[in-house]
This record gives sequence, structure tokens and C-alpha cells, in this order.
Amino acid sequence: MSEVKKIATRDSYGKALAELGKEFDNLVVLDADLAGATKTGTFKAAFPDRFFDCGIAESDMMGVAAGLSTMGLVPFASSFAMFAAGRAFEQIRNSIGYPHLNVKIAASHAGISVGEDGATHQCCEDIALMRTIPGMTVLVPADDVEARKMVRAAYEMEGPVYLRLGRSATEVFHGEDYDFQIGKGEMVRDGSDVAIVAAGIMVPEAIKAAAILEKEGISARVINMGTIKPIDRDILVKAAKECGRIITVEEHNVIGGLGEAVCGVVSEECPVPVKRIGVQDEFGHSGPAADLLVQFGLCADNIAETAKAFVK
Amino acid sequence: MDATRIRELKLFANSVRKGILTSTHAAKSGHPGGSLSAADYFTYLYNEELRVDPKDPKCPDRDRFVLSKGHTAPGLYATLALKCFFPEEDLLTLRHIGSHLQGHPNMNSTPGIDMSTGSLGQGISAAAGMAKGAKYTGKDIRVYTLLGDGEAAEGQVWEAVLFAAHYHLDNLCITVDVNGLQIDGATKDVMNTDPLDAKFAAFGCDVVSIDGHSFPELEKAFARFHENAGSGRPTVILMKTIKGKDVSYMENQAGWHGKAPNDEELAKGLAELDRLEEEIRKEA
Repeated sequence: MSEVKKIATRDSYGKALAELGKEFDNLVVLDADLAGATKTGTFKAAFPDRFFDCGIAESDMMGVAAGLSTMGLVPFASSFAMFAAGRAFEQIRNSIGYPHLNVKIAASHAGISVGEDGATHQCCEDIALMRTIPGMTVLVPADDVEARKMVRAAYEMEGPVYLRLGRSATEVFHGEDYDFQIGKGEMVRDGSDVAIVAAGIMVPEAIKAAAILEKEGISARVINMGTIKPIDRDILVKAAKECGRIITVEEHNVIGGLGEAVCGVVSEECPVPVKRIGVQDEFGHSGPAADLLVQFGLCADNIAETAKAFVK
Repeated sequence: MDATRIRELKLFANSVRKGILTSTHAAKSGHPGGSLSAADYFTYLYNEELRVDPKDPKCPDRDRFVLSKGHTAPGLYATLALKCFFPEEDLLTLRHIGSHLQGHPNMNSTPGIDMSTGSLGQGISAAAGMAKGAKYTGKDIRVYTLLGDGEAAEGQVWEAVLFAAHYHLDNLCITVDVNGLQIDGATKDVMNTDPLDAKFAAFGCDVVSIDGHSFPELEKAFARFHENAGSGRPTVILMKTIKGKDVSYMENQAGWHGKAPNDEELAKGLAELDRLEEEIRKEA
């Protein structure tokens, strides 16, 4: 078996910023003393005069980003998800969301795959917080290729964007020819017994789960929902009609995240049973990321087991 | 500044104050106290200081003003109306459904508003971002922001001041309306923010303390801001004011922070402002 290429989406972000920086003079980057971790340091090294460190002051950083955007600049503001979406929620809501400013918030270290740092840094609430802000676009890349394409798409669209990035290196399954479009889900694999709708680093796990299920005679469709908001209603309704059941998988609290976004669509347009795999309304804790994901059921085996019981 | 100009500015401020009373009365809510204390500041800013054009309110090279103490929108709205950013009669629609005059400033609905504000402590960060943006793009744009002294209890204010000093934003003029009162009472009793001069100085700003109802003093303070260009230091104007200024029953009363005058109170207040207007005209 050949070695699978693994890259953390935060690394993809840093690389994409540095690339975009060459093309667009009005792109500026802000961080709150985490440039080494969020990988904005890659941009800083290439364009030091376009990188503004705000110190450990996330609330101020969001306001500064808002102000910069009114001057015709396109700021990317980065921190950990906990401190961007969490701590600075109200600044994002009132200073960026309400005036619908062209600010891109790229938050790394989302979910429990933060690992050893533990619960205070494992943000499993950010998707819920961000998707309730009117006009906010919420993007969750599934791998390196998608992350880089999302950074470009975020730059190219007008309006606020929240981009959720991970700390841990995860499998790259897209080819460079992958065509990402905001608001469009991707059917990674077709199937008819159950649709597994996943986001972020759960997509490779869903693909593996579908392979396990295939051996058991169960045909599972896998959908990569890279855009949580605005969500692709068509791909969900089609999946509901053709598969009859949906499993959602997210590295996030099952309250307020992808699962509830999917339920919102299918309950209104084509009601089918839905099972939500995710963090079951609890805090994380310290441990190696890979072990935590298994412990929290965020792995191919658990997805496959859930699907088997669901299809029966 | 000669006596004629001072008189003109006094008359303008008097009209701003009338607009504050009539608009909050029409809204049956709003924040007259801190709007009245800042009326002379708004008057000076929009008549003498800001390089803005009501005919082209979104001009990219204009100076910017961010009302960080966004609840005092009635004072800013009255000023903008008098400067013809929108018709004066709009003031009577304040806070009504369908009006562009929201309870707190909305940059996307009202001409002349450069930033949506209202959540305290946030406007100053946006102003710092604008000043940084002007520096980065190499434009001669000055950025002004007005805070309340109660607002200085917000931690974000000090994060923003750190940022402004760290990035040498000498194109940023931070003014604090020190009227000494906030919703729950005297600022020194609710949460003492004094000494503001020493605090801002320690954070790296050039601090000027003035009487916020004196146009010559406002002129001197802004002249100091202009002199600070190239110094790398943000300017802070600490403006001592009277909350509710020129409306006798509102002066120095915390209770008028966020309450609108009723019919009788409006009539009394407008009568007082009319008498004051006559006195100003007699000075000629």
C-alpha cells in the first residue's frame, strides 16, 4: 500500500495566503500572536509589511480587521477557533457581520483534534456560533487541496467568511483539478442505501467507512459538505430522496453544527431519518489527536457501525 | 478663531441640540444626555475638522469618523442632517420601522456613517484599523473616534490603544467625552476609570485635556493632533463636558442617559434652547 499524503489544513492556509499575496496587493493578514501555529507566519515571511500582529487581543483584532476592510483592503484575521469564533464572537457579529464587511476569519485548531492542549483549546462550538450570524459564509475544508481553493474563493467573494482549519495532518484525497465552489457540496462517492454527509477531516473517515460498508453489501453515498453555510440544499434533497437515510459526521458539537444544518433542510424539504455523529454535547480532554477521534467515535469504524445499524 | 466664527459654531451646536430633543422625543426613546454633552464636539468636527463631502459621502480618500459611543447617535444624526448628508425631516423618523436612522449607527443605511457601532469598546478598534489601513496605503486620511468615559471600562478599548501606539498611528485622534456619568450613576462610583490622562499617556498617547464646550479649546486640541503627524503618537483628547448640556433639567442627571423627553419636557427644552439662541445672536 502506498504512503498516503497527509497535510494539516492550517499549513494549506499559510501556503495559499503566500500565493495569493503575490497576486493581490490589497490582501493583508492579521494574527493574535499565533502566527507560528495558524501558519500565517508563512505569509509574514513573504510579506512582512502586510502582516499585522495584533498581540494577544482577538477582540481588537476583529475590530481592526473591520476597519481595514472599509479602507479597501481584504484582511484575513487568524487565531485558534476558540479565540476567534469563541472569544471574539460579539466583535465578529457586530463589527463584521452586521455591517457585512469583507473580512475573512480563518480559525485553526478547531475541534478535538487539537489533541494534548485539552478542552480549553478544543473548540467544538464555532460552526454553531458562526452560522447563526446573518450573511456569514462558513467553510470547512476536507483536505489540503480544498483548503487552498477555499482560501482563494474566500478572497474572491465579497462579504464575511469563516474558514475552519485543523491542527493535525490529515489525508489528501482531492486532486489538483478539484473544482471547489462556495455553496456546492461534493458527491465524493455514489451510493443508494445511506448518505453520509461529512465535513472537514471527517470526510476521509466517511470515505473509509463507505469502503467498509461496501464489503458488507451496503451502498453508501459520501457527500463532502465543504460549505456549511449557505448549505447546498439540492444535494441534500437528492440524497434524501435517493438514499432514504442520512448520517452526518462532524468534528463539532452535534448541537448547532453540520448535523442540525442538514436536519433543517431535509425536515423542511424531504423528511428522512438522520443520525448525527459528532461530539455529543460534551467537552473534550487531553490526549493524542488520533486517539481522541477514535474515543469520540469520529472514525471510520464508528461511522460504519452506525450505518449498519441504521440501514437494518 | 474669531468671535464671529465662535458664534456661528455656537448657533450650529444649538441646532444640533434641538435636533437631539426633537428626534428622541419623536422616537420616544434614545440617548439625549451623552448626545448633548458631545454636541459641541460634533459641531467642531463636522464644521472645522473633517475633510468630508455630503455630496460624496463614500469618497475613498475622505477622513473617517467612528462614533464608538454609538448610543449617542442622535447627536451625530442631527449634525449630519444640518450638514446636508440627508434631509433634516428624517430626524423625526429616528428609531421608527423603515427609517435609515437606526437606534445605533448603521453604515449601510445612513449617508455619512463610516462604521456601524453601538456595542461599546468596538468602534475604537475599527478606527484603529482604518488608521492602519490609511498608513498602509500611504493615504493622507485622518481618523477620528469618540468614546465615553464609562466606555473606557471596556477592556477592548485598551487593546485598541495598545495597537494604535504600537503601530504609531499618529493619524488617529481618540476623543473621550468625559461627562462623568453613565447609566447606573457617576462613573467614579460605577467603575472608576480615572485617571484617564495618566492611563492614555502610559499607553503611549499624547494626551490633551480640554473643556469640551469651548470651541477655541477644541481648536487647540485638534491643532495638537495635526502637530502630532509624523510623531508616531496617537492623540487623545480628554474632553470635560456636562451630560445633558444646555437643557437645564437634563444637565448632570444620569437618569437622562437613555430616556426621551415627553411633550412637556420637549417644549421646555426647546424654549430654553431658543432663549440661548437669542442670547448667542445678541453677542453679535
